[in-house]
Amino acid sequence: MRKLFVVIVLLLVAHLGLLFVHPAGAGATALGTGLNVGVVFDVGGRGDKSFNDGAYRGAERAAKAFGVHVHFIEPGEGSDREAGLRLLAAEKMDLVIGVGFIFTDDLTETAKEYPHVRFAGVDYSLQTDDRGNIVQPPPNLAALKFREEQGSFLVGALAAMVGHSKKLGFVGGMDIPLIHKFEAGYRAGVKYVCPDCTVIAQYAGVTPDAFRNPGRGKELALSQYQSGVNVIFHASGSTGLGVFEAARQTGKLAIGVDADQFAEAPGHVLTSMIKRVDQVVFDQIDRVRTGTFRGGVYEYGLAEGGIGYVYDANNRAMIPDSVHARLNTLASEITAGKIIVPVSR
Amino acid sequence: MSIFAFAAQTIRIAVPYLFAAAGGTLAERSGIISLTLEGFMLTGAFCAALGSYYGGNSWVGVACGMGGGLVFGLLHGVVTIRYRADQVVSGVAINLLAIGVTRFFLHLAFGSSSNSPRVPGFSTVVRGEGMLAGMLPDPLIALGLFAVPAVAWAIYRTPFGLRVRAVGEFPQAAESVGVHVARVRYVAVALSGVLAALGGTYLALDQHQFTDNMSAGRGYIALAAMIFGNWDPVRGGLACLLFAAAETLQIQLQGTQAIPSQFVQMIPYVLTIVALAGMVGKSTPPAALGKSD
Repeated sequence: MRKLFVVIVLLLVAHLGLLFVHPAGAGATALGTGLNVGVVFDVGGRGDKSFNDGAYRGAERAAKAFGVHVHFIEPGEGSDREAGLRLLAAEKMDLVIGVGFIFTDDLTETAKEYPHVRFAGVDYSLQTDDRGNIVQPPPNLAALKFREEQGSFLVGALAAMVGHSKKLGFVGGMDIPLIHKFEAGYRAGVKYVCPDCTVIAQYAGVTPDAFRNPGRGKELALSQYQSGVNVIFHASGSTGLGVFEAARQTGKLAIGVDADQFAEAPGHVLTSMIKRVDQVVFDQIDRVRTGTFRGGVYEYGLAEGGIGYVYDANNRAMIPDSVHARLNTLASEITAGKIIVPVSR
Repeated sequence: MSIFAFAAQTIRIAVPYLFAAAGGTLAERSGIISLTLEGFMLTGAFCAALGSYYGGNSWVGVACGMGGGLVFGLLHGVVTIRYRADQVVSGVAINLLAIGVTRFFLHLAFGSSSNSPRVPGFSTVVRGEGMLAGMLPDPLIALGLFAVPAVAWAIYRTPFGLRVRAVGEFPQAAESVGVHVARVRYVAVALSGVLAALGGTYLALDQHQFTDNMSAGRGYIALAAMIFGNWDPVRGGLACLLFAAAETLQIQLQGTQAIPSQFVQMIPYVLTIVALAGMVGKSTPPAALGKSD
């Protein structure tokens, strides 16, 4: 029994030690402005080819351009997130960035505790009080939000125009308002170009695990493809990898999310709705550098270049020129405010 | 939605449960608590992806997945049998260890803490309605369906199975007639590791990649199915199919939008509670389950 305790204690120590290990080379950039920026990643971690990698690229670009020191922390499960933010705040970083909506509460708390440290939350979700008014984030916290509904609207319109079916599919991760935003925009886009089309929307679950269940994603997608759907848009993290697998198996199409996901299933990825997390992170670091950082809510949409969809050599053959021209028109109408895309179901 | 498509989807969802529940039954009948199924499954999935990637062949993946489950099964065995640690505590530790170890080696091998690259697997091109036929090329599906009767046969019809049941019910009596209690338990728990890992292997090879924590609680569902089946392999297997059918129903109903989605999401859980309360009588675990001496 005592031996077991010793083993467990040793493992715990090793575990705690590994928590703060970051990739070799990261954080050790050239001397420059002397700014220190800390980034805490979401559960997906580095190499998710999406959100976290976007934040990493943005921070690295800032490191190269301005000589900023960047410190990365990749937490394990649960409470490590707050510990990561706290650690960076206590080290007197000039800016601490939390990547992912899951940081919302932790960021709010930590920002109140360290009023002299600047914070930024990617996908920060605004809370409402009892009377339904939006609670503003603390003054030292920049809430970085994306207008996902605008990009989802465009890929919805695209799916309806090239899908050859009156049924369109949507697979969401966790059943929460943030993901409903993707669904609402997608639905609106589909209906805009094809009023009699229907959208089948399904969610993988009601816990954060719903973003990491490719087996479930594959079964949801297979049942949609079988019911006559030809294109599925997913907003479900690595659950979506199962959607791509189903697209490969059935020879149908899927639309990626957050980053260009063409490589997941070449030939079966119609496009991807991209969120320029790299751009946004870079932008905030630049604001700190030039002294223009302000707390508050930032929304990045089509107009700000924070949202878009992939149209390049890989998928040009799947998107006829007339369709692409129509999408450009729709995009400019959204930017001009002529089309107002709904944000909830 | 044809009945065939429904059946096919149910079986695909059930395969990981069937493997894990069969393995869990074997270990628990020998007196070792199988809280570890989740960890075995995750380890199996990771080792399978690793083997399939570096071996360039899905059968290498299957072998590696089984090997990973064997190692973790023996680890659980050493901790609980040799060192007589609390089996629940060891089980939780094994599950947490599996999450950490797979993520660590995922990062080491592929430089990503999220998922592996694409690896060779079994699933093939399926178009149109031929979903049932499309399952034939995946040998793990057939193996999963075969695992349940195989374990039932082993437990009830072989000398080894008799010993497993004896050490699970009354180890002192088994020992008095010359049965090596520890050895029987080691074999049972190692086999349970291998079987549950095959469930994970199916997940990884069906997806053609490993993703972080991809078992997503399936081991616990298998554990529930095993208890639901009153520690009988066949009844446990049927419980797995029932759970999988409930999940399929949930997926299908969610698509129709006839019923509010929150209600649909509850179906598997409500069904489990109703079935547990109404259909299973008193559940009787093996008498020596969880006792370390």
